[in-house]
Amino acid sequence: MVDLLVRFLIGGVVVSVFAVLGDLLKPESLGGVFAAAPTVALATLVLTMHKRGAGYVGIEGRSMVAGAIAFFLYASAVSFVLMRHRTKARTTATWLLTVWFGTAAGLWAVWLRR
Amino acid sequence: MRFKLETASLRETTPMEYAQRFLFGGLVTVAATLIADKWGPVIGGVFLAFPGIFPAGVSLVEKHKISRETEEGKVGVAAARGEASVEATGASAGAWGLAGFALVVWKESAIHSLPVMLGCAALAWLAVSWTAWTIRDKHPRFMRWRGRRATSSRMTD
Repeated sequence: MVDLLVRFLIGGVVVSVFAVLGDLLKPESLGGVFAAAPTVALATLVLTMHKRGAGYVGIEGRSMVAGAIAFFLYASAVSFVLMRHRTKARTTATWLLTVWFGTAAGLWAVWLRR
Repeated sequence: MRFKLETASLRETTPMEYAQRFLFGGLVTVAATLIADKWGPVIGGVFLAFPGIFPAGVSLVEKHKISRETEEGKVGVAAARGEASVEATGASAGAWGLAGFALVVWKESAIHSLPVMLGCAALAWLAVSWTAWTIRDKHPRFMRWRGRRATSSRMTD
């Protein structure tokens, strides 16, 4: 429980710091780079390394590559739909999370599961 | 490549919005940990790149742009959504950096000490993100797209 609380606090701080950096940087597209910063990984990898070891972290790293590819397709889809159809940002970004889940599941099936 | 720091944009974010970011960040981190504990590092690792706070982030960009446009006497919903789209384009460039970070963690975690590995991974994120953003910014299709954005920011809904 203490471990989860520590992770919650570290995660909150790291995400907030990167979000502020993203707000500060202009043009907007450069600020957007910080929306894909490895915040969750930075918040968890140190504790995970101490608790589970390098082998576990290495496996997480390999899976994270798949998650990042899914993130690229997801962010590209959000960008395209918002620019083309001018739909509401939160609704579009939330619905299109299916792109992330679909891509991640596909990469798990063809690559990570083996 | 021209870029600048704008501290004025920090004043647009309310204390409640800062608190929401902190809360979402903490929750996504805990969720990723619980998923790894339950289903192992193969599935848990995927969620280290989950865009959990991204919808809230683009929503804030849209909201702040609408506020600025309203202050100027415009109804800039379309322009605000265009700006949110630009933020998402930046994130798609940043995702390449995220993949670079993950690749270093994957390949180097068993070889180097934790500080060295994390330092190299952070540098990889920065270098790959910057390169991807620069290429995208200079890409002819993207330049046309930026032109459309400029047009849209002048229009009123």
